[in-house]
Amino acid sequence: MGVPLKKINTLLALAAALALGVSVVSCSKSGDSDVIKIGVFEPLTGANGAGGADEVDGVKLANKLYPTVLGKKVVLVVVDNKSDKVEAANAATVLVQKEKVNAVIGSWGSSLSMSGGPIFAEAKTPAVAVSATNPNVTKGNEYYFRVCFLDPFQGTVNAAYAFNVLKAKKVAIIREVSNDYSVGLAKFFVDEFVKLAGDEKAIVATSDYNTGDQDFSAQLTNIKKYDPDVIFAPGNYTESALIIKQARALGMKAQFLGGDTWDENAFLEVGGAAVEGATFSTFFANDVPINKTSEAFLKSFRDEYKKEPAAVAALGFDAYRVILDAITRANSAEPQKIRDALTQTKDFEGSAGSITINAERNADKAAVFKTVKDKKFVFLTTVKP
Amino acid sequence: MDLQTFLQQFVNALSLGSLYALIAIGYTMVYGILRLINFAHGDIFMVGGYLAFYGVTTFLMPWWLAVVVAIALTTIFGVGLERVAYRPLRDSPRISIMISAIGASFLLENLAIVLFDARPKAFHVPDFFAANFILSGVHIASVSLIIPVVTAVILAVLLWMVHSTRVGMAMRAVSTDIDAARLMAIDVDRIVSITFAIGSALAAVGGIMYALKYPRLEPLMGIMPGLKCFIAAVIGGIGSIGGAVLGGLLLGIIELMTVAFLPELTGYKDAFAFVLLIVVLLVKPTGLLGKNQGEKV
Repeated sequence: MGVPLKKINTLLALAAALALGVSVVSCSKSGDSDVIKIGVFEPLTGANGAGGADEVDGVKLANKLYPTVLGKKVVLVVVDNKSDKVEAANAATVLVQKEKVNAVIGSWGSSLSMSGGPIFAEAKTPAVAVSATNPNVTKGNEYYFRVCFLDPFQGTVNAAYAFNVLKAKKVAIIREVSNDYSVGLAKFFVDEFVKLAGDEKAIVATSDYNTGDQDFSAQLTNIKKYDPDVIFAPGNYTESALIIKQARALGMKAQFLGGDTWDENAFLEVGGAAVEGATFSTFFANDVPINKTSEAFLKSFRDEYKKEPAAVAALGFDAYRVILDAITRANSAEPQKIRDALTQTKDFEGSAGSITINAERNADKAAVFKTVKDKKFVFLTTVKP
Repeated sequence: MDLQTFLQQFVNALSLGSLYALIAIGYTMVYGILRLINFAHGDIFMVGGYLAFYGVTTFLMPWWLAVVVAIALTTIFGVGLERVAYRPLRDSPRISIMISAIGASFLLENLAIVLFDARPKAFHVPDFFAANFILSGVHIASVSLIIPVVTAVILAVLLWMVHSTRVGMAMRAVSTDIDAARLMAIDVDRIVSITFAIGSALAAVGGIMYALKYPRLEPLMGIMPGLKCFIAAVIGGIGSIGGAVLGGLLLGIIELMTVAFLPELTGYKDAFAFVLLIVVLLVKPTGLLGKNQGEKV
């Protein structure tokens, strides 16, 4: 025995320590990259709970149909931003700091998305908004994308619809004043309508309310004396349904016009007979599939949930697949690389229409008009940008 | 503003105010007897609304039966809540029982989110309540007439009960001094249970009326009305039943008239309720009809 036993022992210990160290490192490495985490940033409670839940339905369905990418499992981390701007910032922080997600989907509601935006940007984590239509969601935020159209477009087509199709002369506006989406959409509508009518006075009245309000009788009574042809009232579906209900109870017969947020079953349930005839622009129509992916989506959604999908469910489905597509093209799940790949998204066939991400990280898409008929949403027409 | 518009606004305000009054009475009853601000009142209110909803949709009861069953179950629920969350703390410092009330409120809200689902539900409004009258151009929903009547009847019954019955006398005794009442052989636990039963039944009636007026149910629907009606009760003089009605009416009228006359301040209408509270407390700390530590029922 040339080498003393003691020395061998030391060597053995060293080797063991090395092996252990290496294994610890490799373990943590593989632990990080075994799964790809996608954060789902949505309101599941509060005023927007139904909208958030519908988007989550679409995302979960996509996750079930496409559970892996690059040979790794995709795990959804769902957080509730509680329909509240402050809670939304907290939820976003949880996603990027505690869960360290690779990418984020959400949120329903532009205000909530904007609340999370700076946090995602700071963490350099890409986020794909599903149905947030306010321009400021992606403006100046290199990490925020979206798969839906924007409010300047939506406001414009609504104004054109009111002027050309509904032949409105006098329009009243009801805004949800604490909601960036509603205020922005109303502004784009007013700008375009005044231009079309060539008359500042075509907008006869503007009224405001707060998120979560229940009583709108005072605002409606004020509007009633102007006897408008059309009332443009973009805002949350439940408040909007109550507004229309209370307007009818006050004997107002004006045509109600709104935005994509009304495309929720809760709007029909709460509004009942009062919302018959209410018309709005949205992303997707169930009764008229746009392409092969829409048909496949509609079929699997109906099989999975035994109900009709909301438009935002289709967009949630698309947002998930756009992220997976970016991961595939980047051949990496690193957030920065996903972000760079997302900017290159081109002619991706989504269930709610083809998606091309432009330089402003937005998608150029057509708007669909729907109305309520016999307690159902019915497709009216499509308006291309 | 022309007369017709003003009358319409006044009807709107009266309808909202009497609803606030109805809910505020429940707050004031419990406070008057126990000096306990039942923060869970708004949530019991929510439970009442949901029970009536499930009575009609799941158990297919006629609406009047669903309402009666919902009020009965909510009453039992409220008494149970007092047993579990408040009674064990009756001899603890007041702050403990208040924190327990806040805890009960959060528990109920989150339990409701789990059990009832956070998506809003549409409350079924019977035709009788949905009917609409037109009186010289002013539109009045029948529920706007029914709510003030219900509030007035409840006010009259409670005033009679508290001032002219043996139970009411016992309540006033407990309110004045719990220990002395016990020495006078008053079963304090029973009186407290009865108080909570009445308070919860009132919350259930309030919840159902609220749902009839604004047919949308959600687990957190009790928070804002709960807060506002608490303010209404304090403005009127908490512990005073008449004061709660006065405070509720005042709050409803101020809220609606703010929107009606100052439309540009609509975003701040809730702030007015709180400013009013501060002003009243500065000028008259006991509230409009409150008495200084005297008889508080």
